[in-house]
Amino acid sequence: MAESLLEVKDLVKYYPLTQGVLFRKQVGAVKAVDGVSFGLRAGETLGIVGESGCGKSTVARMLVSLERPTAGSITYKGEDISRLSGRALKAVRRNIQMVFQDPYTSLNPRMTVGDIIGEPYEIHPEVAPKGDRRRKVQELLDVVPDLGLYINRYPHQFSGGQRQRIGIARGLALQPEIIVADEPVSALDVSVQAQVVNLLEKLQDEFGLSYVFIAHDLSIVRHISDRVGVMYLGRIVEIGTDAEIYEHPTHPYTQALLSAVPVPDPQARAHRERIILSGDVPSPANPPSGCRFRTRCWKAQERCTTEVPLLAVPEVFTSGPAAHPSACHFAAEKRVVPHMPPQEGGRPVGKDTD
Amino acid sequence: MLLEVRDLHVEFTTRDGVAKAVNGVDYSVEEGETLAVLGESGSGKSVTAQAVMGILDVPPGRIAGGEILFKGRDLLRMKEEERRRIRGAEMAMIFQDALSALNPVLTVGKQLGEMYEVHRGMSRKDARAKAVELMDRVRIPAAKQRVGDYPHQFSGGMRQRIMIAMALALEPSLIIADEPTTALDVTVQAQVMDLLAELQRELNMGLILITHDLGVVADVADKIAVMYAGRIVEAAPVHEIYKAPAHPYTRGLLDSIPRLDQKGQELYAIKGLPPNLLRIPPGCAFNPRCPMAQELCRSDVPPLYPVTESPVARASACHFWKECLHG
Repeated sequence: MAESLLEVKDLVKYYPLTQGVLFRKQVGAVKAVDGVSFGLRAGETLGIVGESGCGKSTVARMLVSLERPTAGSITYKGEDISRLSGRALKAVRRNIQMVFQDPYTSLNPRMTVGDIIGEPYEIHPEVAPKGDRRRKVQELLDVVPDLGLYINRYPHQFSGGQRQRIGIARGLALQPEIIVADEPVSALDVSVQAQVVNLLEKLQDEFGLSYVFIAHDLSIVRHISDRVGVMYLGRIVEIGTDAEIYEHPTHPYTQALLSAVPVPDPQARAHRERIILSGDVPSPANPPSGCRFRTRCWKAQERCTTEVPLLAVPEVFTSGPAAHPSACHFAAEKRVVPHMPPQEGGRPVGKDTD
Repeated sequence: MLLEVRDLHVEFTTRDGVAKAVNGVDYSVEEGETLAVLGESGSGKSVTAQAVMGILDVPPGRIAGGEILFKGRDLLRMKEEERRRIRGAEMAMIFQDALSALNPVLTVGKQLGEMYEVHRGMSRKDARAKAVELMDRVRIPAAKQRVGDYPHQFSGGMRQRIMIAMALALEPSLIIADEPTTALDVTVQAQVMDLLAELQRELNMGLILITHDLGVVADVADKIAVMYAGRIVEAAPVHEIYKAPAHPYTRGLLDSIPRLDQKGQELYAIKGLPPNLLRIPPGCAFNPRCPMAQELCRSDVPPLYPVTESPVARASACHFWKECLHG
């Protein structure tokens, strides 16, 4: 594996469940994240997909030090940043910035756009001395299209897509190396989503950013990501390049997730196989023993109840695209995403890549 | 015809002026048919549905014109008393967010049973038995034990099933589902959509499915009406619309879906933003964002042109629908 810019190892986050008022006794824990490891290389985009409650947002919050992990390490440039505090933490935070999901609540309604984007400089004055800030903010607004004129306006005067651009500009203010984007387009209208995705890709090329892109929309994750990790109930169940995950998934959960994605093209839909999972995701306060997916898995056997499957390349695969880490005792390749035939009479589209 | 909306206009009076949320919408649904109404926020898709259900907030809302014929009778001319009898019994609605649509201080059994108590005059005990039956029908496990639980004790998918159960309780002939699966996870989405489609077939109901997700539409709908700025811009059977859209907005939406063969390339994006309903652009409302716009589009509002009459009826509100269809 190439040198990682950011290395996450065995990351764990438990939220205690307490009982009683005076003597708050711990009676259990919500295991939001339970042993997650991955690496992020310079300039790449790592997509993380999963359903609500799988812990993907908690991972994001730990990466930017908004939450402290219960155990495990986050190594950035050879240093474990998960235990830092004070000045050292502040320095690291400058390099890892976040773009939030909801552009309606993540911007202070009482601040102007210029103040919102310039606020990071209050905390890190070394990046831009006071007299220079106005110019810096203007520069950022120029990078993010159609906001340039509105530096003195307030967030409520903007649409969702514009607000998300403000959030992105704020994330870029300190010239970070890594941007953690937690569902950056899911609150936006369909016609605006594509604009924001394109902007993120353009900025990545321009500034050499690395992204951790968290989303539940599988087609957008595929479009933007170099590698994809699939999470279920606090763990990564499968990780690999986008082609490995989408074309050659070996974990049953990944297969079910991919097959459940509504496919807009009726032709392609006719060719796909649908796996409909029964039941709901179990509570992370009381996850199933062994493999956490076993309660909804059609392949589950005795072994799955007792033995936790590790995230490793399954022994049955020695080479080829199926040989990527998958946490299943009975990993088997299954193609669920059909090849999309070129759209008839549509805009010209390229060749099918395999 | 089960439901026919004719030239419906809805306005909202706001501090900044009158917002024209719906500007002349026509659509119809037959028994057993599914109509998908597709649009972004502010397109008027939900407001139209609220007008049909008679749950529009008046004021600030106002129905400024049009007819809503349900089984041949105009709902807008009925007395409120009469509409109330129809609402729930003959037509029902499924909302997007089940947690806020259900009453948090009443058990689900009580809320489901209420339908029978109010509309059918059943006793509380009989109504409760009916509630269990309904929960079974939407496949909530251990219905008998869970009938006394409160909404927060159910998961998102289960709550949405309860919403479906409530809508189906009196076996209405029309169901309006407003983004029924948007708040759910993909794996649960598929379960709920399948259930809804199955029950619809079984009861031969008309279904209006309001959504912004092209994928969800494709799976279940018979025909689609695409809305933009309060008007229908394209209406067609599902397969036709995907094969060859006849309106640049529909085309733009389809093209902005990430496709496998376009990885690494820039995604197609419709430029600009949805219009402000207080200041809808003159001519075609889509013209400032349209790659095909010409002088005519800036001056004349396009009527809904018939694209084909048979074997299937298609229509497009674009002056240049021919170019769009074949271009």
